[in-house]
Amino acid sequence: MQLPREELEQAYKQMKTIREFEEHLHREIMTGSIPGFTHLYAGQEAVAVGVCENLTEADYITSTHRGHGHCIAKGCDVIGMMKELYGKADGLCKGKGGSMHVADMDVGMLGANGIVGGGPPLATGAALAAKLDGKGSVAVSFGGDGSCNQGPVFESMNIAAILKLPSIFVYENNRYSEHTHCDYVIASESIASRVEGFGIHTVKANGFDFFEVHEVMKELIEKARNGEGPCAVEFETTRFYGHFEGDPQNYRAPDELKNDRENNDCITIFKEKVTEAGLLSDDDIAKLDEEVNSLIEESVDQAKKSPLPKPEDVTKDVYVSY
Amino acid sequence: MTEKTYREALTDALFHEMRRDENVIVMGEDVVGGTGSPHAEPGFVGGVFGVTGGLHAEFGLDRCIDMPISEAGIAGTAAGAALAGKRPVAEIMFCDFIGLCLDQLMNQAAKFRYMFGGKATCPMVLRTTYGAGMNAASQHSQSLHPLVTAIPGLKVAMPSTPADAKGLLATAIRDDDPVIFFEHKTLYTISGDVPDDEYLVPFGKARIVSEGNDCTLVATGRMVSFCENAAQALAEDGITCDIIDPRTTSPLDEDAILDSVEKTGRLVVVDETPPRCSFAADIAALAAGEVFSSLKAPVRQITGPHSPVPFAKELEGEFVPSPTKIRDAVSEVVNFK
Repeated sequence: MQLPREELEQAYKQMKTIREFEEHLHREIMTGSIPGFTHLYAGQEAVAVGVCENLTEADYITSTHRGHGHCIAKGCDVIGMMKELYGKADGLCKGKGGSMHVADMDVGMLGANGIVGGGPPLATGAALAAKLDGKGSVAVSFGGDGSCNQGPVFESMNIAAILKLPSIFVYENNRYSEHTHCDYVIASESIASRVEGFGIHTVKANGFDFFEVHEVMKELIEKARNGEGPCAVEFETTRFYGHFEGDPQNYRAPDELKNDRENNDCITIFKEKVTEAGLLSDDDIAKLDEEVNSLIEESVDQAKKSPLPKPEDVTKDVYVSY
Repeated sequence: MTEKTYREALTDALFHEMRRDENVIVMGEDVVGGTGSPHAEPGFVGGVFGVTGGLHAEFGLDRCIDMPISEAGIAGTAAGAALAGKRPVAEIMFCDFIGLCLDQLMNQAAKFRYMFGGKATCPMVLRTTYGAGMNAASQHSQSLHPLVTAIPGLKVAMPSTPADAKGLLATAIRDDDPVIFFEHKTLYTISGDVPDDEYLVPFGKARIVSEGNDCTLVATGRMVSFCENAAQALAEDGITCDIIDPRTTSPLDEDAILDSVEKTGRLVVVDETPPRCSFAADIAALAAGEVFSSLKAPVRQITGPHSPVPFAKELEGEFVPSPTKIRDAVSEVVNFK
């Protein structure tokens, strides 16, 4: 918790922005104004923010179908993201990508991904580029417990290990691979113990606690920056909503979500820690909440007013040139 | 006959075939749902689109297997089990994910019989969903039947009605070759009369959806009903169409298409894929090569543009061929001078 005040404020604001972004989408999807398939990140904020607060714009991340949190944490424009989710012409991806494909190369966000294990090979490639550039940049791939079972993930782990790349594999174990419990689909004791088999330094940590995430990642990212090769982390976490919006979640224990909301809410845990330690006051938090709420309101307002894409743009940006 | 949805008709075929032959097994992500769950009894998903619902209760978890998110593993395990005497029906949630398992389909399953001198059979079915219409964006909306149709050794079925869904799936399961079975994700809820008993629709035998004199329309899956809509509007202008649904793109009922084009002298092919190296181009080339002298107008292809499937409604709407575009194309060829 030895962070300067402005860093604490920034971390809280980022986590709260993700939460409110997702809560807004959850409400709005019921009205039918958000097209397509949406997978919400609420509940896992401490991981995205705890990781990305250790990164700069020169570092890279890749994400998954559950990507809004990673995008916000890495610095994607929240208003541009909201416009994208509403399918608008001036959205971050001009309405072409939507929820599962938010990306912003300018901030090192190489894309959410509709293929759950699609990110790790790409992050490993970005790590190769970073190694060749020699400026100390790193690449982080975020993945869920479900995504760790796709073959390209294993191949990229081995490649990262043999080439000693600054590729950091972050696993957010929210217990459910879509609708299936992780214990059934992961035969090894944990994701972490499996990754160790590749000769990669691996850590298991508590993803409910921003400070633990931040501290663990600080050390690992530092090592990767210094040329010590890849590493991996498995964070225990939870998602507050279903695999996708509309998922009845009848695979969860009856009181599981209630318990997670009451006892494992990473934002509540953060608030309690910083207020009890006297680092931020309730008033400070309230002020930050207000800032976040007005940003989300502004983003929704702008998204609703934004122009629709023009049908003729369907063939634009297929190639740079043809 | 009972009125059933496309989804129910598929489930019906699976029940029939699993009862008939204990070598038929079902495998895929959440095809049961909840296997190994500490909190729930297995069976609450039954496939993300609900097609495999209820199977595990009758056939058990040994024959209805929940798999990790491991598409290459699922396709390869199905191919290997098929070589070893089983008849696996593997589910790949979206055909876009065939990208992950293409080696197992293209280099393995498709080629065993040929490479091994006719001494192997690989009776697997890979069921998958396809098509745009749900704003699911570029990695969950593709129609990849041309890709697998182009691979010798794979058969490809794409039912457009509930009855065909049942009959083609049963045939696919009994077929000794690997079959890629495409279910359009917007068709699961459509209803129609479905035979109650065992029902088989042969591969390579087109369905003549409607008969007319002025133009031949060829389409599969969701595009068949789009052609029917267009044909109804055209009939008001006195233009009548043959609508041919090949049902399987491999094997292809060439005779049904060519006989019709010889009769009408005009051909419009409709498919919701990009145009290059497509099913539409394939059918157009077939007609141009075989019945050139019967053609009274250029063959028209109504397809998506040469682009990925976009997310926003307005863009996706532009990508997918519409009944209006089909109608305009038919009017154009009928009025060609």
